[in-house]
Amino acid sequence: MLLIKNGRVMDPASKTDAALDVLVDGERIARVGVNLAAPDAEIFDAAGLVVAPGFIDLHCHLREPGQELSETIETGTRAAARGGFTAVCCMPNTSPVNDSASVTRGIVERAAAKSPVRVWPIGAASIGSKGEALAEIAAMKNAGIVAVSDDGKPVATARLMRQVMEYCDSLGLPVIDHCEDQSLFAGGVMREGRHSVRLGLKGIPAQTESICVGRDVEVARLTGARLHIAHMSTRGSLEYVRTSRKEGLRVTCEVTPHHFTLTDADVRYDSNYKMNPPLASREDRDALIQGLADGSIDAIATDHAPHHPASKDVEFDRAPFGITGFETALALGLSELVHPDRLSLMRLVELLTTGPAGVLGIERKIAEGEIADLTIFSTDRSWTFRASDSPSKSRNTPFDRRTFRGAPVATVVAGRVVCKELAATPAPNSHR
Amino acid sequence: MLQRLQHMLDIESLTVEQISFILDQSKPFQEFQRHPLKKLATLRGKTVAVAFFEASTRTRISFTTAASRLGADTMNLQAESSSLKKGESLIDTVRTLEAMRPDGIVMRHSSSGAAAFVAQRIDVPVLNAGDGTHEHPTQALLDALTIRDRKQKLDGWNVTILGDILHSRVARSNIHLLSKFGARITLCGPAMWIPRELESLAPGLRRTARIEEALDGADVIIVLRTQTERLHEPPLAAGEYILEYQLTAERLRLAPSDALVMHPGPMIRGLEIDPAVADGPQCAVLEQVTNGLAVRMALLYHLIGGAPVDAPHPAKERSNAAD
Amino acid sequence: MRVVEKRQLLSAQEIDRTLQRVAHEIVEKSGGAKDLAFIGVRRRGVPLSQRLARAVKGFAHVDVPVGTLDITLYRDDLSTVGPQPVVQSTDIDFTVDDRDLVIVDDVLYTGRTIRAAMNGLFDLGRPKRIRLCVLIDRGHRELPVEASFIGSTVQTSDTEIVEVRLQEIDGEERVMLIDRIP
Repeated sequence: MLLIKNGRVMDPASKTDAALDVLVDGERIARVGVNLAAPDAEIFDAAGLVVAPGFIDLHCHLREPGQELSETIETGTRAAARGGFTAVCCMPNTSPVNDSASVTRGIVERAAAKSPVRVWPIGAASIGSKGEALAEIAAMKNAGIVAVSDDGKPVATARLMRQVMEYCDSLGLPVIDHCEDQSLFAGGVMREGRHSVRLGLKGIPAQTESICVGRDVEVARLTGARLHIAHMSTRGSLEYVRTSRKEGLRVTCEVTPHHFTLTDADVRYDSNYKMNPPLASREDRDALIQGLADGSIDAIATDHAPHHPASKDVEFDRAPFGITGFETALALGLSELVHPDRLSLMRLVELLTTGPAGVLGIERKIAEGEIADLTIFSTDRSWTFRASDSPSKSRNTPFDRRTFRGAPVATVVAGRVVCKELAATPAPNSHR
Repeated sequence: MLQRLQHMLDIESLTVEQISFILDQSKPFQEFQRHPLKKLATLRGKTVAVAFFEASTRTRISFTTAASRLGADTMNLQAESSSLKKGESLIDTVRTLEAMRPDGIVMRHSSSGAAAFVAQRIDVPVLNAGDGTHEHPTQALLDALTIRDRKQKLDGWNVTILGDILHSRVARSNIHLLSKFGARITLCGPAMWIPRELESLAPGLRRTARIEEALDGADVIIVLRTQTERLHEPPLAAGEYILEYQLTAERLRLAPSDALVMHPGPMIRGLEIDPAVADGPQCAVLEQVTNGLAVRMALLYHLIGGAPVDAPHPAKERSNAAD
Repeated sequence: MRVVEKRQLLSAQEIDRTLQRVAHEIVEKSGGAKDLAFIGVRRRGVPLSQRLARAVKGFAHVDVPVGTLDITLYRDDLSTVGPQPVVQSTDIDFTVDDRDLVIVDDVLYTGRTIRAAMNGLFDLGRPKRIRLCVLIDRGHRELPVEASFIGSTVQTSDTEIVEVRLQEIDGEERVMLIDRIP
């Protein structure tokens, strides 16, 4: 038994924001109330901390099977736990691609053995993600996938997208698309604009994403099926989402922390600023923040994309796309959104809990009888993120040695504290 | 006192004073090219690694000649014959060079930012001889020297840059340099190669797709060649380009009669420039070549000669040395 | 470390008289002024060479060509000592081939400057003869260099400095002996 005392319980599902104790028995929440007592329970003093439902990351890359040089399920999930995530959805662009029940089962079994947090695999939409034939989606569903995507690439054609959406809708699975018009992408490495021109780097225009979002929204209109836009980064895309929602289409979307924090003005000859979709313009970032606040955007997802350090330590042009994200997600949400009053703390919690849960069609709440997945965090603890301390195998982040206010403190999965006192490095000026 | 340069990576970060200093220091080396005996001992014992990861004959020869006239030895690396083709990363190629202890590295590479990448990781002065579509600082410096010599000053000219601006590192370096000296710059070329974002590179930059408009009032015309090796798109057909953008003798007459014509080379006669213009009195391409040697000698002299940038300065030398 | 003026070696008039005398010596010992040319070593050799040429014009009515030589690129003491010194231009608009050159400098000390000057001149051609004219010879040679025409010879110690100030460069005219006291 675990008694979490003195915390500020924030539960979006019931709109609770109050000083409450939470008693956990086995894997489930036994009671939520004031001044609970449980003489046999282990006490966790959450004074000054927020107790929220367990965070869910809708989008990450764990690189196993086949790319274990960059990350494994074990190292990636340990980093996820350190970031306060209780469940992560891993994309299928592994080697081999997760397009079959056997690969899915392999991931699930590996996670059961090695992962401190829940791993919910996302299966490929097409075989090999080649964009030709439909993958064995129903078989994969039985093996445990929670959604379908050809991430890394867009679903290749409107025709295939239609097939995938209709099929997955009948199976109750969301389709997640990495929206990109590949002809416009054409060898680009950063957002097209005055900064790409100044740096002499090939640009990727904003329309590369929004053209494909528009296509997918039209297919959603055609099929009436569920569509989720992965790592949305431009206001053009956001406009399509807003319009589609007004019509009642079942379209959802996610945004990464780096897209609501950085812009293309931040890019320099350092591959830690190279990811896909690229860092966008200031206007895009501001529009995304507005969308996060007003509910147009459903979730924050990290798109944690680890790469072996040697592979990133090359000229900008040649470096692979992607940065890590588990351990800085909450801190960036607090520093960029909540502390400057761009959105409320409750809204941030939604974006990390009930928002992603809703996309997956499940529930996330703190209530008696519910599964005890909880994220306990501080909104003001000062700390410095050091990439070298991360359990991830990779170091590709633009936020190394950045000081933050607010951090995850304990991650509880199925009633067990799987990670505690994470952000332990105090910032230089804090009192110790 | 001028802030001492450690590397020469780009024009964008240089001040007007630094640029003027380099141009002034190039003058003794211009004069030097007229000596019967063109061999100094100034950099004797120093080695310059000339690492060209992208094909180039002229710039490479210019740098190696500059180094050798200063008395330095050169180590030559060319991409075609190097292990880069065998998959060795840039970092390892350069570390291999570094292990041979050069006193400076001159490098050209097809990736923007490659020179900066190397300069961050290696403890030796790096001179950027062209990085992707980013900058080609010595070209802009030699162009500036040519303008200053031909037109007696560098400030305030109307400068037209003609051609594929988007993919040109020469254009970028020239835009940075000339705008620092108050030039009014016009960019002219096919619309897809003069995107609006170029205007943010310098105040008052204008763009036009019409060559007639660009040549009207132009004191200096810099003609670029089309960069077929840097495109991800199919290039413009030659006939189209000639029709709309070739600098013909007739078009040149739209500019003032003392307009200066320059080209970074290599020229494709009959494509971007009419042979009559290339060989005419307004065209300064041969001086550009000589000036290139002078500028590169001045840079090698200052960057590679002397103690490393962060060595402590010793007490004043013996007096009555020439001052 | 302080710098202290010990004594004045030459006043403005003495500089002028010395140069006049030296100019006469040069012409006498050159069998006239034919083929003669003066090469002033930057910096202070330059005004000195120009004054000598004016003096020769005055009494011999001959125009001796004057050139300017910057020896920075020919020095042997570069490259370990901090940033590179600024290079000035060499300006010799006549050929040095078959010329009777007189190098003109303010102070002759170790001889390294003159060695560098000769290297510079040989890069330009093949003079018939090179001789040296200095305002002050202060001894302490480190190379086998001698001056044929000397304004004044002064005994100095290692810590002392001979400081020459000329109107064209310094705005005043005098030569002083200076000491450095730790």
